[in-house]
Amino acid sequence: MTVRTHLIGLLSLFVSAFAIPAGGQDGATISVHQPWARASILASRPAAAYLTILNKDDRPVTLVALETPAAGRAEVHQTIKQGDFMKMVPAGPIEVPAGGSVHMEPGGYHVMLMDLERPIEKGETFTLTLHFANASPIAISVPVLGPGARGPEDD
Amino acid sequence: MRVVRGFLAAVALALAVALGAAYVMRGPAPGLMVNQPLQEIFAKPGSVPIGGQFSLVDDMGQPVTNDDFAGKLRLVFFGFTNCPDICPTTLAEIARTIELLKDDADAMTYLFVSLDPERDTPAVMAEYVKAFDERIRGLTGTVDQVDAMADTYRVAYEKVGMDGEAYQGSGDYLVSHQGNTYLMSKSGEYLTHFSYGTAPEEMAETIREAIARFGGAGGAT
Repeated sequence: MTVRTHLIGLLSLFVSAFAIPAGGQDGATISVHQPWARASILASRPAAAYLTILNKDDRPVTLVALETPAAGRAEVHQTIKQGDFMKMVPAGPIEVPAGGSVHMEPGGYHVMLMDLERPIEKGETFTLTLHFANASPIAISVPVLGPGARGPEDD
Repeated sequence: MRVVRGFLAAVALALAVALGAAYVMRGPAPGLMVNQPLQEIFAKPGSVPIGGQFSLVDDMGQPVTNDDFAGKLRLVFFGFTNCPDICPTTLAEIARTIELLKDDADAMTYLFVSLDPERDTPAVMAEYVKAFDERIRGLTGTVDQVDAMADTYRVAYEKVGMDGEAYQGSGDYLVSHQGNTYLMSKSGEYLTHFSYGTAPEEMAETIREAIARFGGAGGAT
């Protein structure tokens, strides 16, 4: 954890000189939309959060790390379907193409929230910070929907 | 140029003749046939070797077997509660299907079987399933019981470390597994299955059809 925090710090220093402007608003070059999470039900089980990253810049950006006070560990994982066999694996750094987007939704990419100290409950919100290799970090507020929510409009 | 064009024309003519002959010999395409029977969507009960006897423990800690659920059609699906993405999605879609079935929902039993019995105790299962729909029953058991049940249903599964590699025996893990939901007869014989991601509307329609064909609650098979 400490190693990762230091790594993020170093990365931020390194990129600050030529970072792509980023932010939560529509006007920014890199923006995050429709974040939502599913309640964890129990503290012992991981929760998942979903969102869309939009990149209006003419250079790709790479999501390298995530942090949140809601979980000890947050990583992007990917559900892979091999025939009718479902597998979940860490997705590694996620590149958002120039002028493109990355969409996280059930059954595909998801932010896995692990090592919870307490359950993530429906109705609350938590802060999630996205760190990019070549853009400034973006902090967003993620609403928690019910454990059975299937999309950002569900409850 | 002219030679090439002539050659192409000859090839086209030969093809046309061959196709015409094939058409005459084989009759009209199958799509044009009338009175074609509707495609059968259910297996004849007992004809597919999926399902059968099992003994597990329910979410109240009581031992249960296949026969304890006799008399109602069943929807059987597998997963584990520590699953962040696939299983909640499956359970959410089953809950939505139950909602769509309205009054018909009670003609079915909904069984969520854990593939992670070491962490999924009956108490954990109870807490988990009731977050989706009170009508879903959570089943777990010993590792051997779950292994046997999964084998009966031809459901492959394996522990995977958090790094996506083979589990080394310590620390956190996920369970990779088959994402099928099985629709079973009143005595637990295979009728059909839904792949992961089947829309609740489609599941509800097929279940209604099964209730009409194989009867509602009560009676045999």
